[in-house]
Amino acid sequence: MSLIVLIESVDGAVATASLESLGAARELVSQGFGSEVVALCAGGGHDAALLGDHGAQRVLEVEDLGAYSADGYAEAFAKVLGMQEARGVFAAATVRGRELLARVASLLDLSVYSEAVGLEVEDGSLVVTRPLFAGKVITRVRCNAPVACVSLRPKVFAPKSGQGEASREGLSAGTLEMKAVVQEILATAAGKIELTEADIIVSGGRGTGGPEGFAPIEALAEKLGAAVGASRAVVDSGWRPHSDQVGQTGKVVNPTLYIACGISGAIQHLAGMKNSRYIVAINKDPEAPIFKVADYGIVGDLFEVCPALTAAL
Amino acid sequence: MNIFVCMKRVPDTESQIQLAADGRSVDTAGLNYIINPYDEYAIEAALQLAEKEGGEVTLLTVGASDSDKTIRKGLAMGAQKAVLLDSGEDLADPAQVAVLLADYLKEQSADLVLCGKQGVDYDHAATGGMLAARLGIPCVSAIASLEVAEGKAKVQRDVEGASERFEVALPAVLTCDKGLNEPRYASLKGIMQAKKKPLEKVSVTPADSARQTEGMAYPPARPAGRVIGEGTDAVPELLRLLKEEAKVL
Ligand SMILES: Cc1cc2nc3c(=O)[nH]c(=O)nc-3n(C[C@H](O)[C@H](O)[C@H](O)COP(=O)(O)OP(=O)(O)OC[C@H]3O[C@@H](n4cnc5c(N)ncnc54)[C@H](O)[C@@H]3O)c2cc1C
Ligand SMILES: Nc1ncnc2c1ncn2[C@@H]1O[C@H](COP(=O)(O)O)[C@@H](O)[C@H]1O
Repeated sequence: MSLIVLIESVDGAVATASLESLGAARELVSQGFGSEVVALCAGGGHDAALLGDHGAQRVLEVEDLGAYSADGYAEAFAKVLGMQEARGVFAAATVRGRELLARVASLLDLSVYSEAVGLEVEDGSLVVTRPLFAGKVITRVRCNAPVACVSLRPKVFAPKSGQGEASREGLSAGTLEMKAVVQEILATAAGKIELTEADIIVSGGRGTGGPEGFAPIEALAEKLGAAVGASRAVVDSGWRPHSDQVGQTGKVVNPTLYIACGISGAIQHLAGMKNSRYIVAINKDPEAPIFKVADYGIVGDLFEVCPALTAAL
Repeated sequence: MNIFVCMKRVPDTESQIQLAADGRSVDTAGLNYIINPYDEYAIEAALQLAEKEGGEVTLLTVGASDSDKTIRKGLAMGAQKAVLLDSGEDLADPAQVAVLLADYLKEQSADLVLCGKQGVDYDHAATGGMLAARLGIPCVSAIASLEVAEGKAKVQRDVEGASERFEVALPAVLTCDKGLNEPRYASLKGIMQAKKKPLEKVSVTPADSARQTEGMAYPPARPAGRVIGEGTDAVPELLRLLKEEAKVL
């Protein structure tokens, strides 16, 4: 029985989050859930050595899959899955990963378990730990279906190299009717670090006072090699783009260090960042709720503290 | 255009969630429900399209009988009518929901089905895609812009590290992200009118779910917050702690 990992890649370059999924799947095999890990790729040219090193035992490339299409890819993957005796299908919980997995699962008459943060094998079935209600509750759900479809929250499962080698097979999807095909992909500004992948995040709130107020935050982030985030108040005021928002209706982030500057710490903001390993808060108001979750709080003006911190680094 | 918006109720995002005594469910007594925030973007997008292209907006919910209170709030925003597929209780399995939505929508000749990107209750971010697969139509999830012309939808969305553009022939399912628009507030007139708008209730029986909740718990509490000092004087101490205690620098 195979554990199939849907590999996300850009021009054959594999996403780190997919390597994390491979490691998690291989760990399940070592616990007796499934017997082999199969990396399922759209298009040719994937680095089988890299995939093998991170846990794949077989690499299947559907060579004639071109530009991304959730419906097209899902149909092709569901066909391949029909031939594989799968016990599980895994993907990184990215926009594409979740979209594809939902569609594949539905074609196979299965359900999905989204954003897993823990996987366990109990009595031969998979038990998924996942957050609910923006992390206010953690649940453990058992999947009693013959095939478990699970997306894994990025940066929770560590990628593990040194696992071995993979064989490679090329497949054809046959004729597919692709409906929603991506027309254009505009890469985010070069050097910009993706919030969900960042190890350090410096975020600004309404305390920045305006788009110019982000200058000290940008400077600190640059010195730290960090991504820049924002509260919703900032995004709704048009000071930063929506893609920067951290929180319940923004991104859920998992960095090692989160530095909140001029952010009050509303419950919806905490929903997005309270799983950060360490939280630093810089806020003028000693009563700000952000100080309740901050490992290291500084009561002060961000326009003084941020530049001082940048200079001292 | 015949537009359907799949919407669901979720606990107010400010709510403290209390676990029930059985340790595997949420105590729903006293919860204040709102329209799922992402579904408000879907409703707004539908209303704007209907205003521009002409047509009708129908809200569609699968859930407990008393979901009608939340549905009325969506009608107050301006949707013409609503359908509640009454499943007895709110369902936690997106596959169950997608099957019921699909069974209903198959008979409706919808031009466009709009969903939210994600329910902020169970955070599946799956129902729209599953529904589209069952209807055999395309889906683009998490859209941040939408234009409809000549039977096609032009959409853009943000993925990790990039922005993607799609052109999709209708009918299609689109799931809406924050940033797509500014949802309108219901006017007093809208609220009055909503009381009289058609809200059809249809009893439905969900299929069995293969999902079995073993338990629910609160996440481990963070250590209590600590203020280490005031102003720039605290910067050296912060650096020391980050280097020596947290070892993150
Ligand atoms: C359905 C819903 C979903 C939401 N989703 C999100 C979400 O995803 N993300 C999110 O962030 N919010 C979200 N919110 C909004 C949230 O409730 C708060 O309104 C928002 O987080 C406040 O942003 P803020 O902390 O930047 O602003 P404020 O609450 O106004 O706080 C500004 C802080 O800056 C401090 N300050 C001011 N000047 C300075 C200075 N010079 N130096 C240092 N400190 C200073 C102040 O003391 C204050 O604490 C949501 C709300 C709702 C209803
Ligand atoms: N019970 C439901 N009734 C109607 N629409 C729903 C329901 N559950 C989910 N949806 C739709 O699917 C979207 C994604 O929800 P979810 O997959 O639960 O995160 C929501 O924003 C709604 O648009």
